[in-house]
Amino acid sequence: MHLPTPAGMNRRHFMRHLAASAATIPALNFISHVQANAAQLKRNNKACILMWMSGGPPTIDIWDLKPGSKNGGEFKPISTKGNLQISEHMPKTAQVMDKLSVVRAMSTREADHGRGRYYMHTSYVPNPTVVHPAFGSVVSYEVGTKRKELEIPAFVSIGGGGSSPGFLGMSHSPFLVDTSGRIRNADMGDLEPARLNQRLEMLGVIEDGFIKSQRGEYPQAHKDIYQKAVNLMTSQQMEAFKVDQESPETLAMYTGAPAQGGMMGGGGQFGRGLLMARRLVEAGVPFIEIDFGGWDLHNNVFDTLKNQRLPQLDAGIAGLVADLTQRGMIDDVTLVWMGEFGRTPRINQDVGRDHWAASWSVMIGGGGLNGGVAVGETDKDGTSIASGKSYLPGDIWATVARQMGIPLDTVHTSKRGRPMRIANGGSPIQELIS
Amino acid sequence: MTFGQRSEQRFWMNGSVVTGMLLATLVCSVAVAADDESVRLGAGDPVVEFINAKIRQGWTDNEVMPSPAAEDAEWLRRVYLDIVGHIPPVEEIEAFLKDKDKSKRAKVIEKLLEDPGYVRNFTTVWTNNCIGQQTPRFVSRAGMEKFFREAFGRNRPWNEVVYDLVAADGHYEQNGAVNYLLAQMQDNDDGVQATAMTARLFLGLQVQCTQCHNHPFNDWKQDQFWQFNSFFRQAQKREHRKFNPQTGQMEDDYAEIVFRDFDGPVYYEKRNGAMQVAFPIFEGHEIDSGASSDRRVEFAKLITSGEKPLIASAMVNRTWGHFFSYGFTRPIDDMGPHNPSTHPELLDRLTEEFVKSGYDVKQLIRWIANSEAYSLTSKFGTKNTHDSPGAGETALFSHMYIKPMRAEQLYDSLIVATNAHRSGRSGWEESERQRQQWLQQFVRAFGNDMAEESNNFDGTIPQALMMMNTNPRPQGGDATLMSGAVSLESGSHLAELLAGPGGEAQKIQQLFLTSLSRMPTRSELNGMQKFLRANRDPRMALQDMFWALLNSNEFILVH
Repeated sequence: MHLPTPAGMNRRHFMRHLAASAATIPALNFISHVQANAAQLKRNNKACILMWMSGGPPTIDIWDLKPGSKNGGEFKPISTKGNLQISEHMPKTAQVMDKLSVVRAMSTREADHGRGRYYMHTSYVPNPTVVHPAFGSVVSYEVGTKRKELEIPAFVSIGGGGSSPGFLGMSHSPFLVDTSGRIRNADMGDLEPARLNQRLEMLGVIEDGFIKSQRGEYPQAHKDIYQKAVNLMTSQQMEAFKVDQESPETLAMYTGAPAQGGMMGGGGQFGRGLLMARRLVEAGVPFIEIDFGGWDLHNNVFDTLKNQRLPQLDAGIAGLVADLTQRGMIDDVTLVWMGEFGRTPRINQDVGRDHWAASWSVMIGGGGLNGGVAVGETDKDGTSIASGKSYLPGDIWATVARQMGIPLDTVHTSKRGRPMRIANGGSPIQELIS
Repeated sequence: MTFGQRSEQRFWMNGSVVTGMLLATLVCSVAVAADDESVRLGAGDPVVEFINAKIRQGWTDNEVMPSPAAEDAEWLRRVYLDIVGHIPPVEEIEAFLKDKDKSKRAKVIEKLLEDPGYVRNFTTVWTNNCIGQQTPRFVSRAGMEKFFREAFGRNRPWNEVVYDLVAADGHYEQNGAVNYLLAQMQDNDDGVQATAMTARLFLGLQVQCTQCHNHPFNDWKQDQFWQFNSFFRQAQKREHRKFNPQTGQMEDDYAEIVFRDFDGPVYYEKRNGAMQVAFPIFEGHEIDSGASSDRRVEFAKLITSGEKPLIASAMVNRTWGHFFSYGFTRPIDDMGPHNPSTHPELLDRLTEEFVKSGYDVKQLIRWIANSEAYSLTSKFGTKNTHDSPGAGETALFSHMYIKPMRAEQLYDSLIVATNAHRSGRSGWEESERQRQQWLQQFVRAFGNDMAEESNNFDGTIPQALMMMNTNPRPQGGDATLMSGAVSLESGSHLAELLAGPGGEAQKIQQLFLTSLSRMPTRSELNGMQKFLRANRDPRMALQDMFWALLNSNEFILVH
């Protein structure tokens, strides 16, 4: 996508041209990879889309309302197509709740942004001994490496910061793009394809000489990484990042009606990200994370939710579920919605809510899971778990692992030789799978 | 006659004398055996002799034949990268290759230890060790760097440096040493991280697992972790904010370490749920746990005294690892009877000598860099293929182990290769800002390896893209360093080369020399000339060649 196509040459021609010139240099047959076509990829690729609510969302105002309680706040619950009620400011999502469930008995003890982020992404609390991999990196390691046809990275993070691949190694780190699909440094400017080709040919001459000089594994490993980078840049699968190829109608499905177009600049970003995620799933990417921030609502929580956060959230989730359903993909793609923690049931003096990890909600759906279920419950004021059993991030990720076909007895070994169970030994949530 | 006319004859006839001679030297040079008289290292120094004897013993015992000594160009590039943190400038390579002095390697080591680059390089290494590559909030990288700049600049005894880091208090810029503890106290975790890091970094002990249980493999017990930890309980991190009238917001101002009233034992929980107490005890020495004693000062005294304290063996092991990629133990910071070292007598003797020298870090480096093992080539032969620690074998140091450049080495080497260090196009502050900006992006792409030692090549696609991209104004990215590196604009390295004397072969040679610190082989030269001739505009071909050289495995690897 970022290799500019010379005037008068369409992309297909351009690729052939590259292929023809590369054919003379067997050492750089990078072009053999460009034939893969997103449409030809096997269907039924299992995937997970993580909607990451950076800042810690007030789930008590979204998924687990407490009407009649002093902690209830301004919003009312509404009925949905599923067997549970959600916030009145999520009306579109209410119409697809038969596909989605809410785990209302999360109890996670980490109420600091950094620690909560780490815990929810990895299932492990921070520990000075070891850096644990985010679950996206686990999927990259377990699933991505088996998808030989996949030329773009198996863990893509849209609009967010990176989470760490930990001991699984940098090749499983999230690949960062913004919601426009731009990849840092993939835009080579007006460099002609022939020039790039020449550079790579010269590089091949120098690298091969060094590889042959018998100095161990590094020289070949370096060449392999460059090969991957070139494959990426010349891959047809890069088209998946181009959300603009979608019709305005499809985009509107994810970002809300065009009447809300005034918010499209900043406001449509979440929907754009989700739409890109769907395209990436179609291209074979097994794990996509979309970062949607602005939830650290220590003050003015209700106005902000009603006017800014929830309309986007509502449109995005509803659009994604509807689109995946239309395309027959909903049972293959597990959706997870979470932040670092929930927010205090008690409303503070600034009409805000503070950090709260003891009793909060995570939304999970699609992927063949039971929809429309409320798993567990909090007490009438939302301050504690009332249902007895509570859940940890490891239970969420174990559920995802199961739906993606990753065996739950998978064990990874840290660089210091310590065995680590996948999802920290969590269990799939019975209400969602039986 | 322009460069574009490409007359081979012209090059051989009119080529600059220096380069021509240089080529002749290299073409004729052959690998010299390690004990060849032409390479004389640290001759006569008993410690160096001891290192050589013990390393050779390891070769004999394991029936390996060492690789020959590295050729001058290979060795020079390596010693520059290891000591001053960047590749050698062309003029230094030329002078070194011409130098007929048999002790010229030892001379270069001396020279580099007096170079400001040495201070900068080791400051970078130890700043990263202490606070990580990405500066945490309320930590001053500048303060930490200033502390180490002074430490290495004045060659302060290592025991004093460790003492200052562990006992530090005060404002994070006035006393830069506090940044170590500030960085290790991010989590408000009662000094747990500071305890674990201090043990690993300065004492070569991995005690972190014993926070929660007795160590499964060594003698460390859970109570020892908490005894260690109790020394840090009087340290308190204080963060200060200030109001910015322009933005109307509170902003981070500074942080400091202050004394916190704390006395008595530390309480911790056994796995069976029983509560236990731990008093401040180190290696059997218990200090007064009353409120009047300053525990960190007492701790600093305890760990920095004695004839062979752990801080000495840990530093010897780390410094050896700095030069050879592998220390005497793996991991480098997990020393003790449970994890025998590869060369116990050598580690022991070096530790002893390091203490005797007055914890002289430069002297330690001198011993290591002058050793026979350090002078060997990174190529291995049939008789030492299994000396491959990367594959899990015991390190025998029978050839140099290759290692990827650190982000800072890569940046600074790119600056040297492109002559940006001489052009003085921007002031110090501006160039430092650009350096930091590039490093931040690169580190993001590269990861932070402070927590885990990496034995694999962990290069990433984003990092490769960052090196490959020469677009001066990429979307979604900062102006690329590489665009400047291969620029043809006037004043650039390539423009100067093009305008300078010499034919096409010489220009190719110059580019090899500036980037790979060596001349091209015959076949490389022929190959590159073919490329040049296939191009209508040889300037473009030369630019592409420079790009290829700077992107090559040979450039980014220290070998």
